[in-house]
Amino acid sequence: MTITLDSKVPAGDIAEKWDNHRFSIRLVNPANKRKYKVIVVGTGLAGASAAATLAELGYEVEAFTFHDTARRAHSIAAQGGINAAKNYPNDGDSIHRLFYDTVKGGDYRSREANVYRLAQVSNEIIDQATAQGVPFARDYGGLLDNRSFGGAQVSRTFYARGQTGQQLLLGAYQALARQVGLGTVKLHTRSEMLEVVMKDGRAAGIVTRDLTTGEVASHSAHAVVLATGGYSNVYYLSTNAMTCNVTAAWRAHRKGALFANPCYTQIHPTCIPASDEFQSKLTLMSESLRNDGRIWVSKTADDTRPATQIPEDERDYYLERIYPSFGNLAPRDVSSRAAMRMIEQEKGVGPLKNGVYLDFADSISRLGKDTIQERYGNLFEMYQRITDENPYQVPMRIYPAPHYTMGGLWVDYNLMTNIPGLYSIGEANFSDHGANRLGASALMQGLADGYFVLPYTIGDYLADFLNTTPVPTTDPVFVEAEQAVSDHTRKLLDTKGSRSVEWFHRELGKIMLEHCGMARSRPGLEKALSEIPALREEYDKDVRVLGEADDLNQALENAGRVSDFFELAELMCQDALDREESAGGHFRVEYQTEEGEAKRDDVNFSHVSAWEYQRGGPATKHAEPLEFEYVKLAQRSYK
Amino acid sequence: MDLKLRVWRQGGAAGPGGFKEYDAKGISEEASFLEMLDIVNEELTMAGEEPIAFDHDCREGICGTCGLMINGQPHGPQQGTATCQLHMRKFNNGDTIVIEPWRALAFPVIKDLVVDRSAFDRIVEAGGYISVDTGSAPDANLTPVPKEAVDAAFDAAACIGCGACVAACPNSAAQLFTAAKIGHLNLLPQGQPERLTRTAAMVDTMEEYFGSCTNHGECESACPQGISLDYIAQMNRDYLKAQLADLRRSGQK
Ligand SMILES: Cc1cc2nc3c(=O)[nH]c(=O)nc-3n(C[C@H](O)[C@H](O)[C@H](O)COP(=O)(O)OP(=O)(O)OC[C@H]3O[C@@H](n4cnc5c(N)ncnc54)[C@H](O)[C@@H]3O)c2cc1C
Ligand code: FES
Repeated sequence: MTITLDSKVPAGDIAEKWDNHRFSIRLVNPANKRKYKVIVVGTGLAGASAAATLAELGYEVEAFTFHDTARRAHSIAAQGGINAAKNYPNDGDSIHRLFYDTVKGGDYRSREANVYRLAQVSNEIIDQATAQGVPFARDYGGLLDNRSFGGAQVSRTFYARGQTGQQLLLGAYQALARQVGLGTVKLHTRSEMLEVVMKDGRAAGIVTRDLTTGEVASHSAHAVVLATGGYSNVYYLSTNAMTCNVTAAWRAHRKGALFANPCYTQIHPTCIPASDEFQSKLTLMSESLRNDGRIWVSKTADDTRPATQIPEDERDYYLERIYPSFGNLAPRDVSSRAAMRMIEQEKGVGPLKNGVYLDFADSISRLGKDTIQERYGNLFEMYQRITDENPYQVPMRIYPAPHYTMGGLWVDYNLMTNIPGLYSIGEANFSDHGANRLGASALMQGLADGYFVLPYTIGDYLADFLNTTPVPTTDPVFVEAEQAVSDHTRKLLDTKGSRSVEWFHRELGKIMLEHCGMARSRPGLEKALSEIPALREEYDKDVRVLGEADDLNQALENAGRVSDFFELAELMCQDALDREESAGGHFRVEYQTEEGEAKRDDVNFSHVSAWEYQRGGPATKHAEPLEFEYVKLAQRSYK
Repeated sequence: MDLKLRVWRQGGAAGPGGFKEYDAKGISEEASFLEMLDIVNEELTMAGEEPIAFDHDCREGICGTCGLMINGQPHGPQQGTATCQLHMRKFNNGDTIVIEPWRALAFPVIKDLVVDRSAFDRIVEAGGYISVDTGSAPDANLTPVPKEAVDAAFDAAACIGCGACVAACPNSAAQLFTAAKIGHLNLLPQGQPERLTRTAAMVDTMEEYFGSCTNHGECESACPQGISLDYIAQMNRDYLKAQLADLRRSGQK
């Protein structure tokens, strides 16, 4: 297929692009909307909000999730908050400042026009969620309260205790449930999408496997939307829920959808350090804790004293020291690497020496325990349940862990992939965050895409297909895709090897964390690129998946997902090797400033790397140049 | 620590089920309950026996996917804690642990420890929302909401939909779940226009699937979010009002 990367960014002044675009794209008349069918895969924040909104507009919607209910999507776990440019605190925020902070935070590797639109619709998200009954925190006057997140010097983060994602997802889930109740959305739960089906170069539908009965079935529509989340679980241990995976996006990639910036992954600075090899996932401690917690290590290496016995002048509050103006609120990539360097200098704390302290003693004496409890009570409880330590008395131990993936399916300004009729929204696409995402901006982006962008831009594509019926599922393209799914399942079950899927996943995770994690180098990436295919070959020969295809079979589900992680892992390393600069979450040790900060190469790498799948060979790269008209490119500084 | 597990294994909703015994050896106290089951499952796989199916996802106590009956207690011995947040340090070396699925007619077993809780979604679909189409919302600060009201709404909204309340109830009633959802919305100014119709529709749907409440209060003590029985009282009051009020003249229809 010949590929032209057209970002379709509208002309005009940045503040007017979205308005102009909405005016110029074609609309579908309300009475005609019901003649179109749209498939939405994924019912997290992005998918649930899109499915509900499309149905409200009148489209016929079919939604799919592998969870047992839409309310379980991983979005539920988001803790800290959601950004918006409301400027309620009157501290100088504006759409332009949110735009600017996001482009800068992303280390100048995002598309300006997309980010501006995101900042523009951010305010409507807060209005919408509040009207749905999302119980955002309020002050004693009954008005909405804000806090600060990393990478910003204003308070623009709206929050609902430490459960913002839960409450926002419940809002979107309820909006979706309302449409399901009205019969305008058909929701398939415990149903996993395993193929995107194409006909004449366009998306025609999907093939799913019913996770309870194993039934493989086809579904066709005028357009398909993938809202299937991020791929941090390629590292095995991450803060993501156990079932998060790349399969939907990857199967689309194999059908020709470009995968953009796969190496842009985010390591979150504040997670509970691993305690042992059997650990199945890492738990995030929300970044909001950095509003009131101070990060430090001992000034002496290998200090074995308990935290409370290390006197004040022997502590190194290293973020406050190195980045005085942002201090403990330096962006995630910067804070994570600083922690990594402390551990490299043997200053790590805790039994495995794999953490740094996050200390609330000062805040508790300044604000009182009650205030701290009010702000973070549930996080403190969670910490104590996991570690058996009381953070009101001893500092928390934290360490960076894989958390979020900025990379994803390439999409244009309309959120359509390069495959006509195939859209991608939420964490699954690559848009808006460049090389590093700021805290509280993922919820904003997922809901912006789902509530306010996709439901409008999709009309422009659909307008061409009035009075056409979707491709029938008896068409050979569907029959072949179903066969491919059944064959893959059969192959996994028939391998009958000697090692479990988890074993392979853990090994893959170790390679990725070591060579394509917080710091990357040419020799390391080359090593990974020889180790991953070898491990994958072994996987193909030696994985053991028991049970049947026509039954609930969790090992089988996982085996399919891990197959895709193997291929993704290779592409991530290839992309990381190709990008000979450091930017945001992508840190190549060869490219750093004298102070050890990421050093970009704007001459050669100010572009999006969008990779095209090649069967049996390395992927090929297409570059979308990035132009900066409104934000001046600069070396990021948080000093 | 070394443990004996007695685990419920069942092929499908109709299939016969029964307990099987397994050894869990050399488990660290730092492991979570589900990590302990992961280890057992890996050993089973290596021994050629199909692993135990159980539902889980976030492992942070927030998604509500996990849920096991552990020694007869939903989510096990630790108050206010979902199964995934329970750690092995709450058990002793040599313990026998009995692990079963949620048992309720409305939650049929799919396999082993996995049950179908979709009846909860039916209750929400009947009215557990505020009808506001995307784009039609006023500015978020237009309506101040007293902090106390938001806090009370939040305490109810914290429900994770795990189903422990139903599993704990001798009648398999879903009052606490339904009341939590209703309480969340009915306590907010935004939820007032549909307050009574919502309550009636959700309670009626609940009764199609679940048993009746006889005020045992087991649900409250099993709830990992500690949701209070008070919300059930509020729901009953609103339900009664919905029966008695002239819905049209009270602006609810
Ligand atoms: C612990 C944690 C805390 C976070 N805190 C914050 C925060 O405070 N602020 C912030 O802005 N961001 C936060 N984030 C990031 C944010 O939560 C996510 O980026 C965002 O919620 C992703 O939403 P989504 O809708 O794109 O995907 P998800 O919520 O992951 O939903 C994916 C959906 O796709 C479905 N799906 C996937 N694959 C398939 C398939 N093959 N077939 C069928 N269905 C499929 C799933 O069932 C699910 O419904 C946090 C992330 C984590 C891990
Ligand atoms: S796995 Fe999510 S609540 Fe237990």
